[in-house]
Amino acid sequence: MNLDITLVWAGIIGFGVIMYVLMDGFDLGLGILYPFAPDETSRDVMMNSVAPIWDGNETWLVLGGAGLLGAFPLVYSVFLPALYIGVFLMLAGLIFRGISFEFRFKSQKNRHWWNRAFCWGSIVAAFAQGAVVGAYIQGFPVEDRVYVGGPFDWLTPFSVLTGFGLMAGYALLGATWLILKSEGHVQDWAYSITPKLLLGVLVVFGVVSLWTPLVSVDVRERWLEQIHLIWIFPILAMLCAAALYRAVKRRAEGRPFIMALGLFIFTYLGMIASKWPVIVPPNYTIWDAASAPESQVFLLIGTVFVIPIILAYTTWSYWVFRGKVKVGDGYH
Amino acid sequence: MELDPLLLSRLQFAFVVLFHAIFPVFTIGLASYIALLHGLFYKTGNAAWDRLALFWTKVFAVVFGMGVVSGIVMSFQFGTNWSNFSQATSNFLGPMLSYEVLTAFFLEAGFLGVLLFGRHKVPEGAHLFAALMVALGTFISSFWILAANSWMQTPVGYELIDGQFHITSWSDAIFNPSFRYRFTHMVVASFLTGGFVVAGVSAWFLLRQRDVEANKKALSMCLWMLLFLAPAQALIGDAHGLSTLEHQPTKVAAMEGNWETQSGAPLLLFALPDQNAQTNHFELKIPHMASLILTHSFDGTVPGLNEVSADERPPVFIVFWAFRVMIGLGVAMIAMALAGLALRRSGRVYQHPLYLKTLVGMIGAPFVAVLAGWIVTESGRAPWLVYGVMTQAEGLTPSLTGGMALFTLIGYMAVYAVVFVVGIYYLTRVIRQGMLPEADQIHGEVERPNRPFSAVHTPFDDNDLQGDKS
Ligand code: HDD
Ligand code: HEM
Ligand code: HEM
Repeated sequence: MNLDITLVWAGIIGFGVIMYVLMDGFDLGLGILYPFAPDETSRDVMMNSVAPIWDGNETWLVLGGAGLLGAFPLVYSVFLPALYIGVFLMLAGLIFRGISFEFRFKSQKNRHWWNRAFCWGSIVAAFAQGAVVGAYIQGFPVEDRVYVGGPFDWLTPFSVLTGFGLMAGYALLGATWLILKSEGHVQDWAYSITPKLLLGVLVVFGVVSLWTPLVSVDVRERWLEQIHLIWIFPILAMLCAAALYRAVKRRAEGRPFIMALGLFIFTYLGMIASKWPVIVPPNYTIWDAASAPESQVFLLIGTVFVIPIILAYTTWSYWVFRGKVKVGDGYH
Repeated sequence: MELDPLLLSRLQFAFVVLFHAIFPVFTIGLASYIALLHGLFYKTGNAAWDRLALFWTKVFAVVFGMGVVSGIVMSFQFGTNWSNFSQATSNFLGPMLSYEVLTAFFLEAGFLGVLLFGRHKVPEGAHLFAALMVALGTFISSFWILAANSWMQTPVGYELIDGQFHITSWSDAIFNPSFRYRFTHMVVASFLTGGFVVAGVSAWFLLRQRDVEANKKALSMCLWMLLFLAPAQALIGDAHGLSTLEHQPTKVAAMEGNWETQSGAPLLLFALPDQNAQTNHFELKIPHMASLILTHSFDGTVPGLNEVSADERPPVFIVFWAFRVMIGLGVAMIAMALAGLALRRSGRVYQHPLYLKTLVGMIGAPFVAVLAGWIVTESGRAPWLVYGVMTQAEGLTPSLTGGMALFTLIGYMAVYAVVFVVGIYYLTRVIRQGMLPEADQIHGEVERPNRPFSAVHTPFDDNDLQGDKS
């Protein structure tokens, strides 16, 4: 059989990661923007605009975790020890934010506590994820398939920068989502912050692009010497950024969000292209990291069956939930 | 003091997994109960069944939500603290855990929404079908996860290549020798949990004369079920123990507190096992009884802890006492079920205050029994992670330091303390609110897919009992 099952799995995991980043990205972004919102009613609108869908968004994270153990155990057993503290912070952040979704609307007296849990949970989770990206670009000290670095190797100036970068990126997704889902003064506010966030994202993007070749030799070679086609991704990303800016100036409602998604997707593809086929940088490829073929096949059967159902359900949820969220609309 | 990452990781894993176990064990039983209530309503059209179903669905939603939150953490625990183990066993555990998660999502995506929010929106038959599928889904979930755990207890169907487990037969590995006992024991434990909670809550309502009609029905049903399942659990447990004697004799020796292999071994009712002195203090025993239970012969030989070297012995004190807690509660459950039968015959079961109060008090019992059972199983396996093949020390993440492990142990405890206090507080509010009159139950539901908790409209704090229009 010619079909390389490891490639199929790389596709599935890659798809799961970007689904997670895009979908949980905008609802985490709203949490980051939360303290800056003009008033409590806009906070209601912000929360209402994601309340029915956020936990479906997190489906992809859990699926990714379990899927990695099943398909690419080396990734699982190197990344998690290497990012030990970061993983804990991320999970703690997600838990707090999860329960605040549930209880904020059911609570009057204690509402400010749930507000805080929502905002800090989102900030911590987003920062930790961004730092993971940075740590990934840097690579991990691995000997004999075992992580041998220290507990804080992942926390470097570079990964702090990517941490803030992803926070800005998620906030941008959140703001453009809010443009799509709100109206009136909430939407005005979202319009006004979007260009600033875009600027912030582009600055980080620029610094990371200049810095990456310095922290990773392989990446440098690939971009400057080997493949020129790879430049297509940053170019497309920049085009998305420009289109986003124009769309905001013209007060288009849907396009800013679409363009923000595009910006993320092309950046992500660019990152994959600069590492491919390495999955545990600097040394292990997807084939090194794969589990036994019979295990990959065994797991694929169920996955192929369930993922379309999850996608259909997700589409349906977003469809039912289409349209503007109005001030005073109870979400219960 | 030197912090031991192994000990701290074990504590952390035990804490996180025991915390998680509380919720699924309840939702598995409750899901079937809800499906049954829907079925009864569908068949008889009696509104009492419908109101019971609605009430328990709200409770289900909250507990399920807490199971999901704690389950997400579980799926990362193996990698953070047991990375060598994850690496070595991934070919089997990876697919098992992934299938558990896939099942849970499949269920959630497909049917949970319909069960929680489909009332009056889908035909009654479709609603019943959704309830059945949710119940089925919880069984399939536990099927995978218990296959994973049982394989670690009694590993078969694999071949070791360079320290990696490669599966040679999926069916042997999944249906490994201890699986069928563990699965049945666990499913019955879930039913007992569901049964005692529903019985306890119904008794609480009856003591307050609320919804007497519906609660009588609920209590009666539960008592019949418990009457069969509580004794059945003891029989299954006995068979489970015999299989453990065959495959993990050291664990049984620890459960019995039996230091020396002997024939005609006594059953210890009380003892304080002392790991260092390799003996027990203050024994209170029934002669020959352990031999009789384990070998079904008066003078049968029961293996002792002396069969293995001291560093291959599990922590005897913990295993010994956890086992007695589980058995003690199992016996108490049988007694409660029999008392219910006796009172039923004299017709006083729904009015007897002492009996009803004891039922309320028994709500916690199945949870404690389940946790104790898991402690027996898991601590009794020590020092092995994969029995006889890989020890806990070998499975530990090599880069893990004591400081890191302590940090996350305290961290998880703090986070879960908040989740637990808030969750239980809210759950008691939902239960106290009880069954609402029909008119209050349908208003304000929005046509959109929703998350589990939004099936519940109970306010979180007192201020907004009227204010919140939810
Ligand atoms: C006997 C049953 C049982 C046992 C022993 C475990 N679980 Fe579990 N788990 C369930 C039964 C269950 C469930 C009933 O299927 C849950 C509860 C809520 C849900 O969605 O499914 C669940 C949820 C659940 C979820 C969340 C799924 C979701 O978001 O819907 C994850 C990731 C795990 N579990 C993972 C684990 C791991 C890694 C375990 C191993 C130690 C574990 N569970 C033990
Ligand atoms: C919900 C059900 C479960 C409960 C309540 C439970 C409980 C426990 C407890 C109490 C320990 C600590 C034992 C000790 O260190 O003395 C433990 C250890 C462990 N269990 Fe389980 N367990 C459950 C299911 C599972 C499953 C399904 C798996 C694997 C697929 C598993 C894998 C482990 C591992 C890897 C350890 C190692 C850490 C250690 O030995 O402390 N457990 N578990
Ligand atoms: C009353 C008689 C009972 C007997 C003889 C019994 C026997 C056993 C034995 C021998 C084990 C350990 C098996 C092993 O690790 O290999 C076990 C585990 C366990 N027991 Fe019990 N048990 C009884 C009652 C109960 C009750 C009432 C509950 C809960 C409601 C319960 C829940 C559990 C659980 C959750 C486990 C761990 C999972 C497993 O290994 O099956 N047991 N039981």
